[in-house]
Amino acid sequence: MPDVYDALADPTRRAILDELAERDGQTLFEICARLTMKHGLDSTRQAISQHLDVLESVGLISTRREGRYKFHFLHTTPLKQILDRWPIKD
Amino acid sequence: MPPRIYVTSVLVDDQAKALAFYTDVLGFQKKTDIPMGEHSWLTVVSPHDPDGVELLLEPDAHPAAGPFKRALVEDGIPLTSFAVDDVNAEYDRLRAKGVRFTQEPTTMGPVTMAVFDDTCGNLIQLVTKH
Repeated sequence: MPDVYDALADPTRRAILDELAERDGQTLFEICARLTMKHGLDSTRQAISQHLDVLESVGLISTRREGRYKFHFLHTTPLKQILDRWPIKD
Repeated sequence: MPPRIYVTSVLVDDQAKALAFYTDVLGFQKKTDIPMGEHSWLTVVSPHDPDGVELLLEPDAHPAAGPFKRALVEDGIPLTSFAVDDVNAEYDRLRAKGVRFTQEPTTMGPVTMAVFDDTCGNLIQLVTKH
């Protein structure tokens, strides 16, 4: 099973988090369009879908059905374990 | 001469409902309505281009159409795309009429696009090119 470090280790997955941070609650279509047009990534829809599965498995995103649509949401809580492990000392 | 595109279609679950949405809400005009048994050859056109490409409101009666349409909608994928002068203004106008958007206007490179539900089982993209 991947952990949060595995999930963050991939640039496409980081770009997905960037885009959801800009606007939360996107369809798969919107995420794919943003990755293609804003990041120049040419991943297939299937590949993006697998990246979303990894992010969801570590709790960095969730999906919610609203009627017939499915939206993806960002959750940053799992990032807390990184700061807990290596606290920032001012 | 190569062929010309004169019609394109959206698969709708109810032609009367579709005609109401595509004319009253979206603002197209009815062009042809030819009864053909249970359904009609029913097309609409943009008032900007009444002799241009027609949009066929085609019944989705084939059993494969339902699963196909539902899969596209779940992933937010539009069936087709229409051009507008100002997608932000159109977003506001359609939202005021109760239209549900799955994607707010978003600028990506040379275009701004949005995606709405046509109430007939499809998502439709609106695009403004800059």
